[in-house]
Amino acid sequence: MVDQPLDRNVGLKAPAQHEPTGHMNGRRPHDETFDIIGPGHDLETVTEQVIGVVLKDRIRIGWVIFLGFSLALLAMLGVAVSYVLVMGVGVWGINKTVGWGFDIINFVWWIGIGHAGTLISAILLLVHQNWRTSINRFAEAMTIFAVMCAGLFPLLHLGRHQYFYWLAPLPNTMGLWPQFRSPLEWDFFAVSTYFTVSALFWYIGLIPDLATLRDRAQNRTLKILYGMAALGWRGSNQHWHRYMAVYLILAGISTPLVLSVHSTISFDFAFGIVPGWHTTIFPPYFVAGAVFAGFAMVLMLAIPLRHIYGLKDLITMRHLENCAKVMLATGLMVVYGYFMEVFTAYYSGNIYERYMQFTSRMGTGPYAWAYWSLIFCNGVAPQILWFKKYRTNLTCLFVVSIVVSIGMWLERFVIIVVSLSRDYLPSSWALYQPTMWDWALYVGTFGLFLTLFLLFVRALPSIAVAEMRELVHHESHHGAHNGAHGGHLTHDPHGNTIEDRDHTGGTKEAFSGSA
Amino acid sequence: MTAARLARESGYTKMDAFSPMPVEGLSEAIGYRNKQMPFLMLLGGLTGGSLGIFGQWYASAQSYPLNIGGRPYFSWPMFIVPTFEMTILFAALTGVFGMIILNGLPKPYHSIFNTPGFDRASSDRFFLAIESRDPKFDNEGTRQFMEGLSAVRVSAVAK
Repeated sequence: MVDQPLDRNVGLKAPAQHEPTGHMNGRRPHDETFDIIGPGHDLETVTEQVIGVVLKDRIRIGWVIFLGFSLALLAMLGVAVSYVLVMGVGVWGINKTVGWGFDIINFVWWIGIGHAGTLISAILLLVHQNWRTSINRFAEAMTIFAVMCAGLFPLLHLGRHQYFYWLAPLPNTMGLWPQFRSPLEWDFFAVSTYFTVSALFWYIGLIPDLATLRDRAQNRTLKILYGMAALGWRGSNQHWHRYMAVYLILAGISTPLVLSVHSTISFDFAFGIVPGWHTTIFPPYFVAGAVFAGFAMVLMLAIPLRHIYGLKDLITMRHLENCAKVMLATGLMVVYGYFMEVFTAYYSGNIYERYMQFTSRMGTGPYAWAYWSLIFCNGVAPQILWFKKYRTNLTCLFVVSIVVSIGMWLERFVIIVVSLSRDYLPSSWALYQPTMWDWALYVGTFGLFLTLFLLFVRALPSIAVAEMRELVHHESHHGAHNGAHGGHLTHDPHGNTIEDRDHTGGTKEAFSGSA
Repeated sequence: MTAARLARESGYTKMDAFSPMPVEGLSEAIGYRNKQMPFLMLLGGLTGGSLGIFGQWYASAQSYPLNIGGRPYFSWPMFIVPTFEMTILFAALTGVFGMIILNGLPKPYHSIFNTPGFDRASSDRFFLAIESRDPKFDNEGTRQFMEGLSAVRVSAVAK
């Protein structure tokens, strides 16, 4: 920054200088790095690179086509939801024996995906894993959109949709209250709290970045819109002080929250006496599975995102590799869960539990294919991530992530459908066959998720810029000055100005006020 | 940060710094101390938790008691999950809205935005403001003091 004239036009660089993002220090944008951040970044370049995606990148034809495709799926969701609302849940494949089908499978699957976002934004923040910084924003967005998709299913599952508000403890003329002792009611509290807290956490993280967008937008309408959303944030030290306190505590309380949400969902099963459900391993096993599936989704979003928008300097191979490692670790926890299910069934000596595990799931049951597929998807396939060669191969990583997502969906299918279809009373046994409306709802939620995500990528910074600046500042400050704390005044070699180099890449301006 | 510390050591009290990201130690340099947010959030959490447990007690033991095989009406272990969720929800809401309100936001216009180049306070520049209501403030003296701080630019901002 030393060489820049003081009266430099502080707005945006000329477009000709800009080109696609990611060109600095002669590095090609396709270079991969294993550092947290590519070399040669300062406060200005990270800001420019991330904000450029929103403010300056052209509308890409691929984005338009993909958005059109997502909107078509969203329209299908609209039709399917309307049809279910009009006709009732009888249009689904559920029957008197298997009362929970795709609706609950999809609910558990989507909400599990969301958990990785909270894990990245809250837990990794608390344990000072600074590599989380460039992936937390879009992972949090993923959380919010996934919870929206998840929330749709229990609402439709209610059957009498017009009474959905009976879930809330509202005083009413019948003098009735919800059943607070039911895990299904706990779900209502857990999921609505989770959604609200995730959205708040995401929004306050966005405020400083919205201010940057406001200050850099050249289009007046955009400036006003971003300005309104930024609430007039001006980076005051007092504001940052309160902001950081709240941000840290929110991370602290989100951590037990995210663990509680999937534990509560597992209670929906574990509190029942259905064979295959009634085990104490469920809460930790569900949480591990949620994080496992969530990181798979993070990878599926990160790999195309960094490629298309030239963010390889910020979302580096290090991030992808770390995500793969988390996936491997949580995958092994899930496999431990599968072993414990086998052991519990055997050791309990209960004929129903044994029949469920050894015959219905693993043996000659009609859905044994689902069980063995899930063992392959979740247990066998991710083991390839032990090898660095495959862990850093993007195609391989992408394929493994898809396989894991399918595997985690099958896991919920096995838990819900297989257990319900083989109850205590053989005369009530029945099979479950999803109908086209089940499929339309499930595939339709992808439309909702992808539409929201595509719009998010263009409208808001997919990487938390203020946090990236903090990271750059921290890296260069503590790297270059080797831990020297506090500022020091340095004489400019030309001898006529003195600069405060306390903050790397930034130059201090000062002014006084007059009434 | 050095500038902030020097300004404080020279006796200025009414000042604020503006930065594109949180800077560790800057609050101490400026002399700003505040523990109100954690306290407020704790208060919010306790309110939410009490509302949760008392609400469930009222609904299950007072308003509509259901005798199921003689089991206790106030079966508190079954009320833990909603109580916990209410605690988190209220703490988060208090924290976020408390932070916004105490920061005086939303405030789309502030005289500081008139400072030349202030749009870079959200990118890569650091600003230090000394307010005119500071007892030690006088237009020329403060300007000279700030120029002595090796600033890139010193500007006067009308209120």
